[in-house]
Amino acid sequence: MRMDLIQPFINSADAVLAQALGSAISIEDLSMEKEAYRRKGIAAAVNLTGEIEGRIIFDVDLGAAVQLASRLAGVEVSEAHEDLVREAVLELANQIIGNAVTTLNDQGFRFHVRPPIVHTGEQGSKSSEDTEALVMGFNTSSGKVFMNVALSYHCSRAAEAAAAAR
Amino acid sequence: MEKFAPVKRSEDGQPVRYLIVDDSVFARKNLVRMIESFGGQVIGEAGDGVSAISEYERLTPDIVLMDITMPQMEGIEAAERIVREHPNARIVMVSSVGYQENIVAALQRGARHFVQKPVKPEVLYEVIKYVMRDDGTTARGAGAGV
Repeated sequence: MRMDLIQPFINSADAVLAQALGSAISIEDLSMEKEAYRRKGIAAAVNLTGEIEGRIIFDVDLGAAVQLASRLAGVEVSEAHEDLVREAVLELANQIIGNAVTTLNDQGFRFHVRPPIVHTGEQGSKSSEDTEALVMGFNTSSGKVFMNVALSYHCSRAAEAAAAAR
Repeated sequence: MEKFAPVKRSEDGQPVRYLIVDDSVFARKNLVRMIESFGGQVIGEAGDGVSAISEYERLTPDIVLMDITMPQMEGIEAAERIVREHPNARIVMVSSVGYQENIVAALQRGARHFVQKPVKPEVLYEVIKYVMRDDGTTARGAGAGV
């Protein structure tokens, strides 16, 4: 997996989480996974197509998701407000992806991002040989946030896009 | 949230009136709190580009804060349609997707400025003052809050 594709997502997650939760963030766990993804909390998935293809899942501990929703809403939100908590995680994913996409586009990568969707399954699809997933655990003051990134780069699509632009 | 010197309309000294367009309820709430800290008045909200156009027609706000990626109609197209009918409309795009092509497309289609999410209040405040320019005024002697 190309780290230059992953690094913008790490930087963006670090910055957006710190601002959204109002506390320092540290990356505690970093691992490569080939097994099917198992959801841990409230999760949002984003799919990418084009030169960069794959998916990213943000999985937020319930406690962190509730705190995130409370901070974004400016009022106390409880676990009972499931819709609000899910919406908060989607907005978080949207901001993290958007910032990373900005960096990658300005570096010349061309791809399309679909809006984040709530990932409700207990388990996600297995990553393939060439899109092995990188899993990062961000430690926050209110719980863990996991980012599971499985992306691949298609140079043939980049060449097609360049030819079309000529 | 930090308080800023209120930005008023210079023509009548009334608060600047805002329409906030974003499909995320949290993004809207966040912007509402910032606008209130600038002394502004949120007169309407919309969750997609189509509603944004109808709400603009109905409310004629001083400023529209418009997200880009939304269902039904994206923000850049909605901005273009609003500006086509109302050339003096002041539309500020507010999006997490801030790459150069996107910003240029928004400005070419009539948006006045672009603010990247997550929005920093001090950045949005300066953009609001810039976009209002001669049509806006801040309390003399008051700090900008930044």
